[in-house]
Amino acid sequence: MKKAIKIISAALLVLFISAFALNNMTQKGYGIGDLADDFSLKNIDNSMVSLADYKDAKGFIVTFTCNTCPFAVLYEDRIQALNEKYGSQGYPVIAIMPNNTDVKPGDNMQAMKQRAQEKGFTFPYLIDKGQKVYPKFGATKTPHIYVLEKTKKGNVVKYIGAIDDNHEDASAVKIKFVENAVDALLKGEEVMQKETKAIGCSIKV
Amino acid sequence: MKIVIHKTLKHYLYKSLLNYKKCKELLINFIVMKLNILIIVILLMVSCGKNNKTAEVFKEVTEEAVESEIKKGDIELEVYDYAGFETFLNRKDDKVYVINFWATWCAPCVKELPYFEKLNSEYINKNVEVILVSLDFPHLYDKKLKPFVKEKKLASKVIALDDVDMNSWIPKVDKSWSGSIPATIIFKNDNSKFYEQSFTYEELEKEVKQFLN
Repeated sequence: MKKAIKIISAALLVLFISAFALNNMTQKGYGIGDLADDFSLKNIDNSMVSLADYKDAKGFIVTFTCNTCPFAVLYEDRIQALNEKYGSQGYPVIAIMPNNTDVKPGDNMQAMKQRAQEKGFTFPYLIDKGQKVYPKFGATKTPHIYVLEKTKKGNVVKYIGAIDDNHEDASAVKIKFVENAVDALLKGEEVMQKETKAIGCSIKV
Repeated sequence: MKIVIHKTLKHYLYKSLLNYKKCKELLINFIVMKLNILIIVILLMVSCGKNNKTAEVFKEVTEEAVESEIKKGDIELEVYDYAGFETFLNRKDDKVYVINFWATWCAPCVKELPYFEKLNSEYINKNVEVILVSLDFPHLYDKKLKPFVKEKKLASKVIALDDVDMNSWIPKVDKSWSGSIPATIIFKNDNSKFYEQSFTYEELEKEVKQFLN
């Protein structure tokens, strides 16, 4: 009888700990060095886009962004510039809109299409319908950038954070975090500043 | 560290300047169109001068009006960089401080503001103070933030934090903060707790009560 209680309590303990660990993981998302799972999300041209589609890519600049967040809007031109600069060098921008469009109708597919057309986005602008992808990454806000490096093992997270250190004025930027990270990866070097923080709009659930 | 912006004053100065410019424009148009009626132009010039004088008088009057408005305190905004703001986080005076980071452009922040206002009014005698730290864009202080504070009649202390070097100061507020807002820090002396989330009034009250016991 005593043995049975011991076994049951041990089993419960294991369950409890694993549940906690799982919960913790879904909350925190990827860290530096983790492998990012591929996804299949709908683009503004109605096609489905996955990272695996980019056979020649050396990596990706995965950017969680949206139409309605003023911070994201301030960075639109800079996201476009990143794609223009690094797309041809093997690091294309993959933009993902993570918000619940019932809460933010200004971020729905129609609005995304319009925005992309107005701004002349040359990168895919995907919708995280069902909101399953952003929690895996651990994105909490827009804009929120993940630079991935394609390796034999998979896509390794190499940088998480902001695009640069001045949201208000692109011409007053002192440190271009994302560019520095991608430049280092292109040279086969270690990314110096792996994580940065910036204010952003919370992702609408 | 403290910058006070006189919006209305700027506005009126601009207006009187505009008046003068318009007058000048009108004059030039007139000369080009009808050279033969120089006399009228001269007449107009005289009246323009008069106009300018009235503009000056107008300015004096409005300056007085602006001063009295500032005394009422409805267009004053304290703006800090992080070094200036940090003094608010370092207070150790047995008071419970509830510091909420928000912005007028942040919908969930605006939604929970009434709860912070309610907390501030109901706990003001229990040694609790709410401070609302706006992260609005500086160029919209006059256009968005001040009218919002006035319209919503916010009774809690509102300050603005203007420091673009976010990667430096966000971890100083709390290491776990990813940077999304709303975010709130509650502290009393050396005991503090950070929340990167939205609150209901009940949740907020529950957290504050932990600091009161």
